[in-house]
Amino acid sequence: MKTRFLIAALAFLAAAPALVTGVIAADGPPPASGPAYQGPKVSSGPHPITLDVQAESTTREIVDDVKRVRNYADQPPLIPHAIRDYQIDLNINKCLTCHDRRNVEGSQAPMVSVTHFQDRDGQTLGTVSARRYFCTQCHVPQTDAKPIVGNSFRDFDAVLGTAGKEGGH
Amino acid sequence: MAALRNFLLLCWRVFARPSVHFSLGFLTLGGFVAGVMFWGGFNTVLEATNKEAFCIGCHEMRDNPYEELKQTIHFTNRSGVRATCPDCHVPHNWTDKIARKMQASKEVWGKIFGTIDTREKFVGMRRELAEHEWKRLKENNSLECRNCHSAESMDITRQAPRAANMHQTYLFTGQNTCIDCHKGIAHRLPDMHGVDPGWSMKTSAK
Ligand code: HEC
Ligand code: HEC
Ligand code: HEC
Ligand code: HEC
Repeated sequence: MKTRFLIAALAFLAAAPALVTGVIAADGPPPASGPAYQGPKVSSGPHPITLDVQAESTTREIVDDVKRVRNYADQPPLIPHAIRDYQIDLNINKCLTCHDRRNVEGSQAPMVSVTHFQDRDGQTLGTVSARRYFCTQCHVPQTDAKPIVGNSFRDFDAVLGTAGKEGGH
Repeated sequence: MAALRNFLLLCWRVFARPSVHFSLGFLTLGGFVAGVMFWGGFNTVLEATNKEAFCIGCHEMRDNPYEELKQTIHFTNRSGVRATCPDCHVPHNWTDKIARKMQASKEVWGKIFGTIDTREKFVGMRRELAEHEWKRLKENNSLECRNCHSAESMDITRQAPRAANMHQTYLFTGQNTCIDCHKGIAHRLPDMHGVDPGWSMKTSAK
């Protein structure tokens, strides 16, 4: 008699986890934040906001690691690579993990120029100066978007007619 | 003490006495079935705690890591493959799994005592938590990353030159592992003072 109880008890013990998991599984998927919220409809381009127009096609990032020509000597160079999710804040500057003086040997990336070490009084500091810390203030990646308005900019060589000459002068 | 011994002895006697009412066949079969049920149940519990839904059941995990993950490539990308919390945080290997779960008891403790129950506390403690994860991934040679990405299947000719160079120089030579270079791939980073990037590390442990 006693044994039968014992076996029944053991069987129950063994089955308990299955019962518990049944309950857990019944909890279902995570609480999604309501039915997929589409956000307000924003029209793009030069037309009344009340007009419902087709969105422009999205553009592609240019991430081929090829350096681009600079239009004038002190133009901040363009970023030729992806910078998705790159964190630049008090905690870390992801750009400097490659472009900092200390890290270029390992990364073989170009070092930030000496101007980045100067504060506004022209003093050269030991590390990148605070006013140069936020890289994307001056440096931007490019996409293949076509310019909306034309541009009549001509560079130095084009203005002086020296383009193509040895050394440029 | 004596009472306990008596109790144990009693249990042993019941256990050791040959069965009077059931056949040996019933007992072995019954034992087998019970065993299967037990094992299955155990695994199902483990499975249930191995889903993202479980992780983000806690507001600590939902409001911080999950919200941040949503911004990153491991949440939406051109391939449409998503990485969930357990993909990166719970080893798939069974024994490792148990080991990780034992450690996770610490999180229940943390929940009860509210070690990270506000954003401020979470951010304040992030460096410490992140370091545990870096250490774990360093020690298992970024096992979780490699469950999805394998160095063998990487076609570096299809990678951006920058990435290809790095992988060729440091990854394929076994000098460094994914986490040395790809910290902060799924979450915002804590204060990184004193943490060198993988390509500038003085030591290449392992
Ligand atoms: C009970 C609520 C709760 C659940 C559920 C939960 N966490 Fe946590 N988690 C916490 C708390 C609280 C901490 C902080 C623990 C501490 O103070 O050390 C934490 C810390 C962590 C850490 C840092 C660990 C470390 O070693 O410092 C990771 C990684 C993590 N959780 C991932 C997960 C994953 C993955 C899941 C799902 C499998 C999960 N958590 C489920 C509450 C939870
Ligand atoms: C569940 C599978 C999975 C796991 C686990 C995983 N990843 Fe990924 N990872 C992906 C997918 C999918 C992509 C996006 C591929 C694409 O479409 O380009 C990706 C992309 C990446 C990228 C490219 C980022 C970019 O901006 O191009 C890096 C770097 C990366 N993962 C590193 C890691 C590291 C480090 C780990 C371990 C901590 C890890 N991954 C774990 C699936 C995974
Ligand atoms: C020596 C450092 C280093 C190591 C080790 C390393 N990576 Fe990378 N990886 C990089 C860098 C640098 C890039 C390009 C910059 C970026 O994406 O931030 C990159 C890019 C990638 C990309 C995107 C490829 C592309 O074409 O854009 C993936 C995916 C990736 N890594 C996965 C991994 C995985 C998985 C491991 C481990 C098996 C690993 N990496 C180990 C440095 C490293
Ligand atoms: C692609 C892999 C990946 C995914 C997916 C992922 N994590 Fe992480 N997690 C990491 C890595 C790597 C770290 C170490 C810190 C770092 O490098 O950002 C980390 C760190 C953490 C920490 C420590 C605190 C911190 O921010 O560093 C917690 C907590 C955490 N993860 C929870 C989660 C939760 C919850 C999810 C699911 C919503 C999740 N993780 C999804 C890779 C991942």
